[in-house]
Amino acid sequence: MARKISMRQAINEALDQEMARDPNVIVMGEDIVGGAGGEGEEDAWGGVLGVTKGLHAKHKGKLLDTPLSESAYIGAAIGAAACGMRPVAELMFLDFMGVCFDQIFNQAAKFKYMFGGKAETPVVIRAMVGAGFRAAAQHSQMLTPLFVHIPGLKVVCPSNAYDAKGLLIQSIRDNDPVIFCEHKNLYGLETEVPAESYAIPFGEANVVREGKHATIVTYGMMVNRSMEAAAALAKQGVECEVIDLRTLSPIDWDTVIDSAEKTGHVICVDEANPRCSIAADVSAMVSQECFKALKGSIQMVTPPHTPVPFSPVLEDLYIPSADSIAKAVKKSLAH
Amino acid sequence: MTAPNSTAGIFPLDKKGLLKAYRTMRTIREFEERLHADFAKGDIPGFVHLYAGEEAAGTGIMMHLEDKDRIASTHRGHGHCIAKGVDPNGMMAEIYGKVTGSCRGKGGSMHIADLSKGMMGANGILGAGAPLVCGAALAAKYRGDGAVAICFVGDGASNQGTFLESLNLAAVWNLPAIFVVENNGYAESTSRDYAVAVDSYVDRAAGFGLPGVTVDGLDFFAVYEAAGEIIKRAREGGGPALLECKMIRMYGHFEGDQQTYRAKGELEDIRANKDCIKMFSQRVTEAGVISRGELDAIDREVVAEIQQAVASAKAAPLPTAADLTTDVYVSY
Repeated sequence: MARKISMRQAINEALDQEMARDPNVIVMGEDIVGGAGGEGEEDAWGGVLGVTKGLHAKHKGKLLDTPLSESAYIGAAIGAAACGMRPVAELMFLDFMGVCFDQIFNQAAKFKYMFGGKAETPVVIRAMVGAGFRAAAQHSQMLTPLFVHIPGLKVVCPSNAYDAKGLLIQSIRDNDPVIFCEHKNLYGLETEVPAESYAIPFGEANVVREGKHATIVTYGMMVNRSMEAAAALAKQGVECEVIDLRTLSPIDWDTVIDSAEKTGHVICVDEANPRCSIAADVSAMVSQECFKALKGSIQMVTPPHTPVPFSPVLEDLYIPSADSIAKAVKKSLAH
Repeated sequence: MTAPNSTAGIFPLDKKGLLKAYRTMRTIREFEERLHADFAKGDIPGFVHLYAGEEAAGTGIMMHLEDKDRIASTHRGHGHCIAKGVDPNGMMAEIYGKVTGSCRGKGGSMHIADLSKGMMGANGILGAGAPLVCGAALAAKYRGDGAVAICFVGDGASNQGTFLESLNLAAVWNLPAIFVVENNGYAESTSRDYAVAVDSYVDRAAGFGLPGVTVDGLDFFAVYEAAGEIIKRAREGGGPALLECKMIRMYGHFEGDQQTYRAKGELEDIRANKDCIKMFSQRVTEAGVISRGELDAIDREVVAEIQQAVASAKAAPLPTAADLTTDVYVSY
């Protein structure tokens, strides 16, 4: 039975159902229960934005609040995964990867290959990403390209509640380490979500709008901005196809290439900074594989190559807008 | 002539245990000395860091462990692997980059692992094993299977933030985790006293609310007894501890290191007076528990085994181009 719930509730439900299904699934992170060791309310926070609220009571002993020690507890999640557990570690903000990146990219990502296929590391690292929360330069980044660059990691970034639930369940069941990126501005967005458990396979992009004139390739919150742009352009007779990549690693090249060959115009929209971004990656692949089909130059729509600013007026300018996406579509079509 | 079997009142192990310990230490020494010689000949690719001289520590600790117990090792990991039961043939083939190696030739000396033996990997990143061991210990505690997890670091890596964070995490979660600082006096070329601000690791452990013990890492029996107590305590739910083993490496940081940072005569003194295996042999023969002849017989067997491991490694097939893209998902 489907009902409308928020992405926050969908993630909570995925964790709830997977912990109930498999005793090896545990959840750890800073303040994911909240109030540990204090005299006040138990389950005081349920995560800094309330995503894990209520799970502690249902799954006693399976949610572990950690000290503020990302290197230690992310590494502990990875070590436990190598010993047969299926931990879901919450890094809170992906920006905090700087203090624990070694455990992610030198340890978790490499065990399977480096040990000749004799190790599995089924760990999920959940973290908030993205700008628009007035959280400034160290709590707002879209660092997906850094993780996509590392062989052995899988990288997921849902754009809605339905995908968030199905992709998180798949992430927990997957035997590789998964970086699960939750856009903090999408937590409140409600979509239809089945109550029962379901998994969405990795590497399957979603064509969220069909169109014949131009292809917009994007993920995360930029899917919603791209849909706004596509709706505005439709009123002007321009039909855009919008592709939600959903998983960035593995990535569904077939869907991207088929659409690029159909429309001949490709616009890559990415909330990450432009250099070595997902947009740059998709642009390179499309130019290599679809050169003869292209009818206009590939466009990248990204923030400027700056840190995320604090002042709301600057942050709004930083984040790609529906208007800037529409302009890029028109620029490609004008070639 | 065979010495009597009783060791009661003299040693904490029976004769069988003593012979096992000796065989393990000699296997490590022979493995490492053979690598030293073959590296000098140019037979071995990459970086190699030898455990020779440190055998008493790794062996004295690992004698208490079973396959279900897990360890995370360091870049100087061959001794830990052998003492934890990893097959020296697979290790040698791995170091030669062969497809028959422990990791199919994809890891090399610094990344030998065998999770079926509880060996979570040598590690090229200093201090990185500490959080992994917290995870292994967490899994053991969660399952209640009585296993322990042991992290080895050198005196150098003991300064890494990730190691210090792990001490705290293990303490606050009361994990069956043990942190062994193998203090061989040098972090690469930098002396321990230059780089560690406190004189005693016991003090450092106390700062994290952990019991700490310092032992002479050259004395197999001292290590064995101290580790035994710490491991027993952890198995019974008593929580983590730190064990410092003061020891000596007989070779450089890596093979090819000219060791010009050492004092004049230091290496000669180590060979003559600070060889942990010689010390062990002397103790057990003087006590009349094991004869020199019994030890010599083990020596001969170990030399033959390592000789065979090298011959097999040299004869083993190399990986092929098809192996390049297996054991990892590739989506590009």
